[in-house]
Amino acid sequence: MNKAFTSIKESMGFTPGHATIKAAQFLNNTKSKLGLTRPFPTFIETPIPDVDTLAIEDIDVSNPFLYRQEKWQSYFKRLRDECPVHYQKNSQFGPFWSVTRYEDIMYVDKNHELFSAEPIITLGPVPEGLDKLEMFIALDPPKHDIQRKAAQGVVAPKNLKELEQQIRTRTANKLDSLPIGKPFDWVENVSIDLTAVMLATLFDLPLEERGKLPYWSDIVGSTPEATGGVGVDNNQVYEACAELLKRFSLIWREKEAKLAAGEELGFDLISLLLKDENTKNMINEPLSFLGNLALLIVGGNDTTRNSMSSGVNALHEFPDQFEKLKKDPSLIPSMVSEIIRWQTPLAYMRRVAKQDVELNGQIIKKGDKVVMWYVSGNRDERYIQDPDEFIVDRKDARKHISFGFGVHRCMGNRLAEMQLRILWEELLKRFDKIEVVGEPEYVQSNFVKGFSKLSVKLTAKQS
Amino acid sequence: MGNITFVEHSGEQHSVKIEKGKTLMEIAMNNGIPGVDADCGGECACGTCHVIVDAAWLDKTGNTSDDELQMLDMTPERADSSRLSCQLTVTDAMDGMTVNIPEFQM
Repeated sequence: MNKAFTSIKESMGFTPGHATIKAAQFLNNTKSKLGLTRPFPTFIETPIPDVDTLAIEDIDVSNPFLYRQEKWQSYFKRLRDECPVHYQKNSQFGPFWSVTRYEDIMYVDKNHELFSAEPIITLGPVPEGLDKLEMFIALDPPKHDIQRKAAQGVVAPKNLKELEQQIRTRTANKLDSLPIGKPFDWVENVSIDLTAVMLATLFDLPLEERGKLPYWSDIVGSTPEATGGVGVDNNQVYEACAELLKRFSLIWREKEAKLAAGEELGFDLISLLLKDENTKNMINEPLSFLGNLALLIVGGNDTTRNSMSSGVNALHEFPDQFEKLKKDPSLIPSMVSEIIRWQTPLAYMRRVAKQDVELNGQIIKKGDKVVMWYVSGNRDERYIQDPDEFIVDRKDARKHISFGFGVHRCMGNRLAEMQLRILWEELLKRFDKIEVVGEPEYVQSNFVKGFSKLSVKLTAKQS
Repeated sequence: MGNITFVEHSGEQHSVKIEKGKTLMEIAMNNGIPGVDADCGGECACGTCHVIVDAAWLDKTGNTSDDELQMLDMTPERADSSRLSCQLTVTDAMDGMTVNIPEFQM
């Protein structure tokens, strides 16, 4: 009892992880004062020209306004047709290769010995010091395999089955609280909040604290340097990391004390890490601990959030598909895959060539950045029939590329599918119409393809 | 011509004809066997065509490549005689073989 109390007290104060983050922040600030840090980019939105007016070498798909201005389809189509492996030599994120066809993306994703995921999977870098965080999404085998294995239990289907009823109840409560016949913002009220509810369930974070999850995720995951996102000061990123680490260290110590007292632990992430022989001391490796937390929080937020918004928007744009779905709700699982393809909530993953590689007629040099544009692969006419149609009963709907392939394939894919399936099952029970009223607004980023606002009006189902 | 039997997690059995030269995944797909997703279409890149071969038949299924082992490592459902069915080419020697489909694909 005494020991547990001391542990909790320690984690409230200056944990080893805390010190690491503080040191990185201090170093960054000192260098900044001396003018030694990288210049902080700002992105000012200007109209993006029609792709037909550009020379092929001037096409730059790293523009963080490409989705907002709905130019991405024409830009990627031209690359797929004319220059499927394309070199942009002076973007704001430096030079990079774009891989835009489904089959070429599959090749890069599969061949991790040719293309490294290290040190980071976004186009640009993260704030100094935070690149030391160990996230297995940005580690190569064998280190990747060990860390992923330790964390994957939390989103394993067996575990999800335990959580399904709780997530369904929480989803139902949320939907029952929505206004009928009155416009409201779907993104803020449903997509962001429901995603936070589900992640809080997964992390066993008290529900009233769930707002912290999207807050941390948005700060850590959308720096302008990395993805062209809306600017936050690097200090905010360090502070968010320190806060996140502190909160979860406390949860860890509480659960550790319970375990020591002989109590049963649940199926949440921290409990599973504590119960696993390989990870039971992870709290002593703050870079791993924080890395895994940040990865699951960021990975679980934007993806599910934007798929929740996208489904509503897609069924509004394709009303015949909504009718088809209402007549046959057994199509929900297939529609869920179609939503994930249609939206492609994370537009790409980045790699670095480990040696010279020839790909579709181009020579990629060792050390070059290579970007696999999933958002383009999912619309590749060579692989997917009528890719610009949203079809709830699409044949082979699961064969989209949004989860990636190979050793880095999305670990949370079954959780994402379950969350979306439950959402749509519960929506169809309650509402007859889900109308989008007003133009959707889109996120500024080249990485997150998402909605920042979606005004929606609900009509209750006649019982 | 022989048969291979797929056993679902629920215990339900499906006996299908051997089509020599095809992969076990393709045969599962052609026969609409539930519980095999094969999201990547046979590239050894998703792990969702995982099956557990009856141990007595494992040596008839050929070698398991490093890539396959690595993908199998990513599923908590893995057993000693796990294979990815897309990496297993069907032969006449498999007549009578039983393969179990895990409760979940991941």
